[in-house]
Amino acid sequence: MAERAALEELVRLQGERVRGLKQQKASAEQIEEEVAKLLKLKAQLGPDEGKQKFVLKTPKGTRDYSPRQMAIREKVFDVIISCFKRHGAEVIDTPVFELKETLTGKYGEDSKLIYDLKDQGGELLSLRYDLTVPFARYLAMNKLTNIKRYHIAKVYRRDNPAMTRGRYREFYQCDFDIAGQFDPMIPDAECLKIMCEILSSLQIGDFLVKVNDRRILDGMFAICGVPDSKFRTICSSVDKLDKVSWEEVKNEMVGEKGLTPEVADHIGDYVQQHGGVSLVEQLLQDPKLSQNKQALEGLEDLKLLFEYLTLFGIADKISFDLSLARGLDYYTGVIYEAVLLQTPVQPGEEPLGVGSVAAGGRYDGLALEEKVRTTETQVLVASAQKRLLEERLKLVSELWDAGIKAELLYKKNPKLLNQLQYCEEAGIPLVAIIGEQELKDGVIKLRSVASREEVDVRREDLVEEIKRRTSPALCIC
Amino acid sequence: MAIREKVFDVIISCFKRHGAEVIDTPVFELKETLTGKYGEDSKLIYDLKDQGGELLSLRYDLTVPFARYLAMNKLTNIKRYHIAKVYRRDNPAMTRGRYREFYQCDFDIAGQFDPMIPDAECLKIMCEILSSLQIGDFLVKVNDRRILDGMFAICGVPDSKFRTICSSVDKLDKVSWEEVKNEMVGEKGLTPEVADHIGDYVQQHGGVSLVEQLLQDPKLSQNKQALEGLEDLKLLFEYLTLFGIADKISFDLSLARGLDYYTGVIYEAVLLQTPVQPGEEPLGVGSVAAGGRYDGLVGMFDPKGRKVPCVGLSIGVERIFSIVEQRLEALEEKVRTTETQVLVASAQKRLLEERLKLVSELWDAGIKAELLYKKNPKLLNQLQYCEEAGIPLVAIIGEQELKDGVIKLRSVASREEVDVRREDLVEEIKRRTSPALCIC
Repeated sequence: MAERAALEELVRLQGERVRGLKQQKASAEQIEEEVAKLLKLKAQLGPDEGKQKFVLKTPKGTRDYSPRQMAIREKVFDVIISCFKRHGAEVIDTPVFELKETLTGKYGEDSKLIYDLKDQGGELLSLRYDLTVPFARYLAMNKLTNIKRYHIAKVYRRDNPAMTRGRYREFYQCDFDIAGQFDPMIPDAECLKIMCEILSSLQIGDFLVKVNDRRILDGMFAICGVPDSKFRTICSSVDKLDKVSWEEVKNEMVGEKGLTPEVADHIGDYVQQHGGVSLVEQLLQDPKLSQNKQALEGLEDLKLLFEYLTLFGIADKISFDLSLARGLDYYTGVIYEAVLLQTPVQPGEEPLGVGSVAAGGRYDGLALEEKVRTTETQVLVASAQKRLLEERLKLVSELWDAGIKAELLYKKNPKLLNQLQYCEEAGIPLVAIIGEQELKDGVIKLRSVASREEVDVRREDLVEEIKRRTSPALCIC
Repeated sequence: MAIREKVFDVIISCFKRHGAEVIDTPVFELKETLTGKYGEDSKLIYDLKDQGGELLSLRYDLTVPFARYLAMNKLTNIKRYHIAKVYRRDNPAMTRGRYREFYQCDFDIAGQFDPMIPDAECLKIMCEILSSLQIGDFLVKVNDRRILDGMFAICGVPDSKFRTICSSVDKLDKVSWEEVKNEMVGEKGLTPEVADHIGDYVQQHGGVSLVEQLLQDPKLSQNKQALEGLEDLKLLFEYLTLFGIADKISFDLSLARGLDYYTGVIYEAVLLQTPVQPGEEPLGVGSVAAGGRYDGLVGMFDPKGRKVPCVGLSIGVERIFSIVEQRLEALEEKVRTTETQVLVASAQKRLLEERLKLVSELWDAGIKAELLYKKNPKLLNQLQYCEEAGIPLVAIIGEQELKDGVIKLRSVASREEVDVRREDLVEEIKRRTSPALCIC
């Protein structure tokens, strides 16, 4: 018995050693070595034989929800879900675990926080870390190009509670996403409208939504002289401006991250600014910033966004804040974060944001695997009316002769809807529609299957236009 | 997902109607919490990798976490439901179509109460739910662990073989008595006489009259355990009659459900297939709900071994989802995936601003509305979108109408259009899409 107690003590001490090393961010090899020692010691303790100790608890970082907590949770979810439904979102659900390979390489440094399942002779699995990567996997697997969906479910992160006080390892995420190619900034504006509707309905106090754009950040750093390689790390310094003073942030950028004081000051001139659409217009006049192509794109999009937000009646809740530089790598455009406001201590003082309650942004590059198509057809030659088979045969033949991958339905008089449906199922991006009027005018109607936009193209320009639109670099179908 | 939501709504409103609270627990438990609770099935538990911290396993059911929750919070009574996913490393080759991640829908009453009243309420809840779901006729088989154990004892089954003979007997709902007898004699080592003796009992099923008949059985009534079980079943049937569900209940001696932790009454609901020939008994086609009494489980978690008696049920929702899905497909009923009441559309170009303003007004008034993310969408595309998504109304903005202060409200189904004053639009949409009326 004493032996066992001694062994248990050794296990406890070794466990603390491992935790200490992790806290000190010791080298991976060192940690692995000590973990291996720990596992060996545990193995010596032998298999658990029934009731030796009563450890009545939930796993570290998790908790039960009592009926009272559930009642609160239900009320909050009701408000959120009814808002999502009001905006026409569908709901999906995914498994709690994914194939390990699905999650690998998507979270950068945070990957070490993923819970793995034991290898029990089958597939290697991991618990989901967020709902965004499973969403991307769902889209790719079901070959979907557009959907408006919400997903409310728990996610799992092996955070170390000592370092991140009070942070749970199992917690709810409540995601709303719009996937698809649409006219610019309308879906982005709807996301912000939803965020404001929810936070208002929950009646948890006044709030503010900060908005920025990845392209503006990147352009701003470029013109300030930040080397490309330091973009992400400077981003995370700048992001701290909501919690610490500019002096501290500047010290970190100069002292720890190797920027010159001049470059840091230059950044400071920009990132301490925040305001409404007038700030956007002011920066559009900024001689240096407006010369940067990326920043210009971002600013133009923000200007359009503010127009829509005004029509949605929420512009007064939105602040264009150049210091917003949120964590995740995969944002490509607009980014936003909602904070609750504390009542100011002194009149005239600005309200203090006390922590983020919602956030998001645009992420156009998170395609998992390419849409798995089984053909490479670029265009379907279709007809809008009857008795146009001859014309279809002539046109498809021209396209083949020009090296274009084209198809047609083997029907004399196919319905337009069926031809469009065929394209959707097969993943064909374009339709060249022949119609009687268009024939007289010498044009072909070229339709994008994804966006449903149609444009009349002169017959002699058709091949070029198809090539341009389906070129891999561009792919603006 | 829409089907799932409807099914859960029915189930949850029944639980709430019976005064149950709801709880939730983490998806994984300490490995030691689950160890030793599932017998042979333990090999089906998903373990998490040892990453230097606590050893964890994904929950296998909701009953053991419930017992852990009671012991941890030192609760002596609670009526709770819990709907969540559980995880089992079933081998799909052996158990065709069985999922490894699936929903369980549990209701349990914990506490020391007067006998059989909570047990009767569980059966009442089961019947209410299965009736409301309208998935066809069903039957609830009832038995008692003590009757089974007593019956095996008097038939001469050795103690050590109780569980394994239980699982043979349980197959009687799927295979013939000959097959079951062969298994018991050929594989499990019973003598043919003992097997026959078992057969005399387990092929019987009926109502409360069977209970009374067995109470007169000379051998069975001598066995203390069996007697307790029979007396409790008699009381149960009295309560079930008062609850108006006795005609749905069948006392079936072949019901010998899997799990080790049942200590008293056990029950299983099966859907009935319409009989092939009149006069033939309906054929059960698979269990859709089950449960029973388990008085010893919480005591296993309590350091002082304090017992908290429990009785409960579990609804097999995954099976129910497939049945409902099949039913809807057969009726060719379209399942909408959103609840959008109206699409805000424009008939001409350059009306995006007006659409954004109108849709925002509708959202602010609580109306479920959408618009296409296009600056100048074609009216046809907008109407097509409504047809595909099942949206019943379109609010069409046009230049002339704007001048006249009206919106054209169009019914997608009937294609009828009527001009509505802007200030009356919200009311009109509500009126037309109210669930009771729904004259879209």
